[in-house]
Order: sequence, then C-alpha cells, then structure tokens
Amino acid sequence: MKSTGKKQQTTQDRLNSILSPYRGRGDAVISVLQEIQGEFGWVFPEAIEQVADALKVFPSEVYGVATFYAQFHLKPMGRHTIQLCTNVVCSLFGSEYLLRILKTRYGLEVGGTSPDGRFSLVVMECIGSCDSAPAMLVNNDYHNNLNAENIVEILKRYE
Amino acid sequence: MNAETKKDGITVLLNGSEVKSDHGMTVLELARKCGVYIPTLCHDPHLKPVGSCRLCVVEDGKSGALLASCVTPVAPGMVIDTESEKVLEARRLIVELLLSVHPDSCIVCDKGNLCRLRKIASELGIEETGLAKLRRYRPIESANPFIERDLSKCILCGKCIRGCREIEVTGAIDYAYRGFDSMPATPMDRPLDSSECEFCGLCVSLCPVGALSDKPGRYMGRPKESVPTVCPYCGSGCNINLELRDNVIVGVSPVTAHPVNRLSLCVKGRYGYDFPNSPDRLKTPLIRKDGKLVEAAWEEAIGLAARRLSRIKEQYGSDSLAIVGSLRCTNEDNYLIQKFSRAVVGTNNIDTMARLSSAPALETLETIFGFGAMSNSIEDIGEAGAIFVIGAQPTESLTALGREIKRAVKFNGAKLIVADPRTTKLARFADVHLKIRPGTDVALVNALMNVILSEGLAGRDPPEDIHGILRRYTPEHAGEITGADAEEIRRAAILYGGASRASIVFGTGIMQQTSATDCVSALANLALLTGNIGKRGGGITPVAAKNNLQGAWDMGLSPERLPGYQRLKDPAVGKKFEQQWGVTLPQGRGLTLMEMFEAAGEGKLKAMYVMGANPVKGCPDRAHVMDALGALDFLVVQDVFMNKTAEMADLVLPATGFAEKNGTFTSTERRVQRIRKALNPPETAMPDWRIITRLSAEMGYPMSYESPEDVMKEVALLTPIYGGISYERLKCGGLQWPCPDKNHLGTAVLYEEDPGKGSFRAVEYSPPAEMPDKEYPFVLIGGSSLYHSGTGTMSRRAGALGAFFSGGFVQINPTDAEKLKVSDRSPLRLTSRRGSLTVDARVTGSVPPGVLFMPMPSDINILTGMETDTASKRPAVKACAVNIKPVETKT
Repeated sequence: MKSTGKKQQTTQDRLNSILSPYRGRGDAVISVLQEIQGEFGWVFPEAIEQVADALKVFPSEVYGVATFYAQFHLKPMGRHTIQLCTNVVCSLFGSEYLLRILKTRYGLEVGGTSPDGRFSLVVMECIGSCDSAPAMLVNNDYHNNLNAENIVEILKRYE
Repeated sequence: MNAETKKDGITVLLNGSEVKSDHGMTVLELARKCGVYIPTLCHDPHLKPVGSCRLCVVEDGKSGALLASCVTPVAPGMVIDTESEKVLEARRLIVELLLSVHPDSCIVCDKGNLCRLRKIASELGIEETGLAKLRRYRPIESANPFIERDLSKCILCGKCIRGCREIEVTGAIDYAYRGFDSMPATPMDRPLDSSECEFCGLCVSLCPVGALSDKPGRYMGRPKESVPTVCPYCGSGCNINLELRDNVIVGVSPVTAHPVNRLSLCVKGRYGYDFPNSPDRLKTPLIRKDGKLVEAAWEEAIGLAARRLSRIKEQYGSDSLAIVGSLRCTNEDNYLIQKFSRAVVGTNNIDTMARLSSAPALETLETIFGFGAMSNSIEDIGEAGAIFVIGAQPTESLTALGREIKRAVKFNGAKLIVADPRTTKLARFADVHLKIRPGTDVALVNALMNVILSEGLAGRDPPEDIHGILRRYTPEHAGEITGADAEEIRRAAILYGGASRASIVFGTGIMQQTSATDCVSALANLALLTGNIGKRGGGITPVAAKNNLQGAWDMGLSPERLPGYQRLKDPAVGKKFEQQWGVTLPQGRGLTLMEMFEAAGEGKLKAMYVMGANPVKGCPDRAHVMDALGALDFLVVQDVFMNKTAEMADLVLPATGFAEKNGTFTSTERRVQRIRKALNPPETAMPDWRIITRLSAEMGYPMSYESPEDVMKEVALLTPIYGGISYERLKCGGLQWPCPDKNHLGTAVLYEEDPGKGSFRAVEYSPPAEMPDKEYPFVLIGGSSLYHSGTGTMSRRAGALGAFFSGGFVQINPTDAEKLKVSDRSPLRLTSRRGSLTVDARVTGSVPPGVLFMPMPSDINILTGMETDTASKRPAVKACAVNIKPVETKT
C-alpha cells in the first residue's frame, strides 16, 4: 500500500507542475491536455477533474475538448502510437490491408494496444499525403508510400 | 450612425411591410415582436443565442442569403423575408435531416404533443422523409429517480448544456465526441447520479424533444389546471405552478415571470411535490386514551384542548403554558398562534425552532441595524465585486442565492471568498478558500479587518476600542487559531476590502455555534468598516433555510417581540395591540424554546402547544427534550404528518399543508408572497388558522376571521412594516417589506437612506464550548443537503427525494479513515458526551482531518449539546466533539 501511495504522490506532483502555470486560464484547456498526454501518454480520468479545477472551467467542458480531438487518448496507450490514415485514397492504395498486417503481426486492433504494450493503433482522417498514400504517423514521425514490407521495417525502429 | 436614428430605432422591411426595430435587436426578436412566427429549436430567450439549429433562417431580400435570424442583428434598410420558398425549403431539409436520425417512437414518447420537432415538422408539411434512416442507438439512462435520458432522441440543440451552464452554473454536461457521435455528456460519460448534476430539471424543461423527461409524473396524463403558489422548501421564495389532475399534483413548473427563480427550481421544488398525497398524513384528530392515540371528532378534540388548557391556566397561571410556532406555516397561521398565546392564554412563552438556527443572527442584526433580516435582495448580489461566504452552503440550502452567487462569479467577474472547513460545492468556485477550524470564525473575520485597516481599504474609521482589538488579530495570529494560511487570509481581505461593492453571506455554520452572536457582530463590523451597508451588491445575508422562517420571525413568534419587531416594553405599542385585541397584554419576556424544555423538566411548565414543528427531531440533546415533553401534563401537537413529537402528544390535531390553504409566506429576502389552495385536504384536516380560531372561541375569546385575508388585514393594521400589504396587491413577485403604506412599492435594499446606520461592537475570539479532546477527538458538524430540508418532514415523504438520498451517513477524511481502519460505506459508531448512534461512513477528501460531517436530515441531535449562546439563548446544535469506532459486521 505504501509504495502505491508514494507513486500517486509523484503522479500528483507531475500533474501539479503541468497545471501550475495555467491556473485560472480557461483558454488553455488544449495546451494543458497536450502536456498531460506528453507526460503520461494519455489523459487519465482523474486528470480531467483537476484540469477543470485548476483552469476554473467545468469538468464537462474539459471532457468535451478531450473527446472532440482525435489527438487525445482517454485510454492508456502503448509506448508508440500508430496513426494510420484510412480515408479514400489511402484505402484505395491498401491501408485496409495494412490494418490486417498490424493485427496478425502485432495483435493490434483499431483503438487498441498490442499485448506487449509496444504499439497502440488509431485510425485517423486524411493527413494530407494522398500523393504518396498510404501514410501513417508513428508518434510524431511521418511515413508514406507504405506497403506490407516496409511497414514492418519501419516499425522495427520503435521498440 | 447619428443620434437621430439611435433614438428612432431602425426601419426595415419585414415580409413586405415597414417595421421599426430597436437597436441591438435580432431579426428573430423583431419578428416575434411583430407577431411573425419563425420556428426555432435551439433558441430560448433566456439563453445566449448560438444559431446552431439553423431552423430560424430568413432570406435577406438584397443578397438572397439565408441568415440565422436568432444571431443576426437588425441593420438599417434590411429587407427580410421569413416565408420565402427558399427559406421553407431550407427548413424542410433541416427537419428532414433531423427526422432521419430520430426514432419513430412518438406514440410512446412522453413528450407527446409538446414535442417541438413534431410540431415544426407538421407545420412544414413534412410527411415521411425520403432520406435513408440512420440509427443512433443509445441506451436509455433511467437509474436515478428524477430524469430519464434517451439520447437517441437528442437533436443536439444544446439547450440543456447551455441552461446547465448559463442559468444554473452547474456545468454537469457538455457536448462530447464529434460529428455523428456528438452528444451531451457528463465527464467520462458517467450516469447523471454520479456526476455533478443536481437534478434541478431545467434541462428537461428546455428540451424541445423527448430526449430528457421527468420521471415523477410520467404517464399520469396531462395536467388539467395549474395553480401558482410558493415553494414550501427553502427561504428563496421561488414561485411554482402546481400542475394538477383530479386533486393530485402531477408536476411542478416555475413561474418564469418571477424575479427570483425565473426558469429555475431546485430538485426539491421540481420533484419533491408528492408529499401532500403521502399515506401517513394526519386525517382526523387523535386523542390519547389508555396510552394510545385514537381517532376522534373535531368537537371532542377542540373541547378537550380548551378544557385542559383553561384548567392548567387557572390552576398554575398563564406562564405555565408555552407555545411553539412554525417556520413552515403561513404568516396568518403564525400571527394567530401568537395572538392566541398573548391574548387567549396570556403568556409570552412563545418561540419557534428558529431559536436553533437564525435567532442569534436575526437578533444581532436587529440590534445593530434595526431589522433582523437579509439587508439586500437575492438578485442584487450579481452587482457585487466580491462575495464572502462563511459557514454557509447556499447552493444546497438557499438554492436561488447559491445560483446568483455562482453566476456573479462566473459571468460578472465577482471574486468569491469561501470560509468553510469543508470543500463545499461553492468552494470550487472560490478565488480563496479558507479552510478554517470549526468555531474559529471570529478570529478570521477580525483578521480580515486587521488587513483591511492596515492596507488602508477601510471606508470609515472604527472606534478606538475596536482598533485596539483588531490590531492583535494579525493574519499570522489568526492563522494559528484558524489553521488557515496567513497569506490566504491577507488575499481574502484585499479582495473583499478592495471591491467597491462586497456582500457577506453567512449560514448555519455561523448561526449554530455558541459564539454566534459574536460571529454575526464581527461580520457586521466588517460590512460597516468597508461601507457595504445600504447599497446594491453589498449587505449582509443570513441564509435562512426554511420557507417561512422570516415570516414567523416577523409575526412576533418571540418571547420579547410583537409582530414587526415591535418591542413588548414599548407602552405605545402595547396599547395599540391591547386596544385592537381587547385584552391586557402579558408583561415581561417569556421563555425561549430551550428554556421551555428546562422549565418543563423542572415541573414549572405544565402544557405545551406545538404547531408545525418537530422539536424531538430538530432540537439538540434529544433525550433531554423527550424527558421534558414527557413531564408535561398536556401536550398538543398540530401538524400535517405524524412525527416524533406528535407521537408523545396527548392530543394531535390534523392541519392542512401548503398546497391546501391560502395565505402568505415571507421569503428570506423579506418578500411577502401569496400561497394558494390547489388541493382538497384529506378527510377532516383543517387549516391551522381555522383550528386556532375554533379553539380560541371555545376558550371564550372568539376571533372573527372569515379567511386568511382578514387576518392579513389585521397584521397590516398593527405592523408598520407590513402596513401596505394586502392580498390584492400581492401579484407575482409579491412585496418586500418594509412596505409601510398601500402606495409603497416595497424595499429591495434596506438602509439605503441611511447607509451609516449601525454601530460597531467589539468582539473577541473565544474557543467553542466543546473542544475536541483525548476522549472525544473529532469535531462533528451537521449541515444541509440539497435533497432534503429541515428534519425531512416533507422531503422524506417525497418519493423521488427519499429514494435518491436518505441522508444518514457521515463523511470522514481518508487519513483518519486509514488510521482508524474505517472503510467506505461501512458502519461507524459515533459517541458524544450525550449519546451515540451508528451511521455509514463515506470516506472523502472534502472534509479535513479531525472533522466529520453529517448532512441533514439525520439523528445528529442525539449527539449535540444544550450549551446555549448567552446572548441569544440558543444551543450549539451545529458541532460537537465525538469519538468514532468502526462497527464489527458479521460476514
């Protein structure tokens, strides 16, 4: 019990140091959520209430923002987040097939995390790469002209 | 734009005819003013327009553009067409799109013909939509007893979200998700009952479709008539319409024209209305025979009461009898019980349960300023630059005030200072939350004045003796006493002192402690020091949590005051009453409520007459109160329901409830308002005023009133502050006293003519009577709950309220819980010097370590003590020292 208490303490400290420059700043919800996600990998439920209290907005408003933007994850994510485009052009060029590869090779379901906690998969809207489809983001890195072979090679770089 | 057009307004062409518009009007407002119909779904005049449904589009004749009329300001020379084919086509498409994702469940939808979508669809001649139906299945949420949510019917107009935020300032819901998945949601999509939702029901009344519906009153048929009256719960004085069907209330709606409540009601007002039909209503008089209460006829009951009371009066003298009036009954009922006491029985032994809550506040305010009442109005708190809330939970106990405070903070930029040991709902809105130890309020308030003086923020110079005392209360010194941070105290003082208008709100946390008189004096000093008396947005407000507490106080239910704060001692006043009543008034101060129990215990008091009150449940030290009542020769209880006091009575008289009689209530902001008979009472129950007149006649003093209106005529005649009040003048909104004559419009803010009124009174901090010690290490405080009122006589019998929240738990800090091995929701034995009881624990960080909190209604009075505040003769029912022990449960 003691060790979890200590761990919670540090989580709280990390959260406090994110929140403290923004106290009373109701216009900073997006920035704060981005920092929280950067620090913790996801926006955990307890954080929503605390963001609301610190920024003097309603928790429902914070939740509204967090659910509106695809960039925010309300579930714990793997170490690396794959965001694969499945819009028309990427689909025509085989992104559906890539989804199948990700599933069979890494156990990745859309919206899910691989059993080893290495990858999470999010399907996203167009990332402006129709000329070199299919395309994806891994964390903040951009990769295009994907196919069944090179996607595996690319993902090897993310341990 | 020149001044000429500004004055004349704007001329535009609306559907071919020339019309004049005021500046700042929207096209929709202009159209409605001119009687031109434009359909809307997301618009409500009480909410900020957002233009999201696009149904209100009109065609701009010049450009041919379609404009959302609810957000388009009228501009000079506009040519507007509200019914062009282009407009109608656009509207039809919007409605068809909405219908394409709307379930076809109209036949079983409780919204029925009130559905705006259905109405507008039929107006636009839409039959079946040609668009493919898309299904958006959402589970129906129905676990709570108040509101059912079926979001598959939601049209995303956002009225519920905006109402919750802009009007109630609760913010329980907001749009979540995106695109087709959008919906109003609580954080983490929790059900309403585990969210911030307070079940005020505003969202239901705003919802244009069947997505939100009231659960009480569902499928009971549409109301046949509607009677406007006043809500019977707290002292806000909200006006409600009782929606009736065959002598049953099937719903309650707010009287929207009313200045206090407008669209809003709280959960009690909106959903707690079924108690008049409760099966345990008293229906006939009950007389104790062979130890049991048995039904009797009125003749027998009144005869018995008259005989016994007269005999006791003859044998032991008038002062061997005492009367307890009601904070729930009307002014007329209370005026008459007071007259009965003084003119028929001949005693000043008359008091109310207000002795336990507001007496010190009201008496102290009266001594300092002249009137024992809220100085300002609920509405004008919106003009305050700073609001200081101490020991009060207005969001729970005086919801209209709580709402205005939240609105002032959220939308008018008012600074909020909350002083409370607990993290109350309001504390979350605070700029400074001072978590002070229970009972250390005087030290805090003195320290605020210390800072205000040293910072040069004082509006006037206090007398030297006050200066001397305040000098010692540095923030650091007060910090040691109160446990609050000295810097925070300094910040709070600068916020309050720096505002040009600052308001003080205090509640039972102040009023129910042994040093209550000192606390209120200190707060009055603070208001005087900063010049916040006699102006809008300033003032000092005691939170009175009962519907007619103020009225009972006004009607002279006090051992030393006649109606309207007129002193018994004043010979001219005495003469006026003696002439009108044709009797000689009893002299000298009578017994207060607690003195009555003492006298009864000692055998000096022989009989008590209790009207609409439940001292066994509501007074501290229950065992002592029950012993005292048991020692009486004769106890009469006149009430609507059987209660713990009535169970001990020799005679029980059935009275009618608020919905079954006419009369007036006076709200906490001195607003005298009419209540109206809507229901027929069960069997032979009679209005209180009529019971009193019958008993009085039987005792040889006939009172000739035909109706409560006659009683009010006499009140107006004898009571200068009610001088101008008569039933025909009491329209929606009533009149705020002082209203001295029939042309006077009432008084919203007291002391406006004389803002310098009131004198400083030096007060020092003294520790609470009962401090925690080794044996009893915790401070237990009681407080209000949003879902109940008083001892729960009404609210516990309201099906939905009782089902949702039964009270009966105690909050404990996680640190304490861990130390004592108390787990959440496990039973806990609380023991004080006077008694013990078992309740469930709720482990929560909203109470600080060392403090326990128990919401009403509860049996807390088994534990609390009788130590009385010396000046106001009232006991400290708010806090006491206890120890706790987890109860072993057999598994």
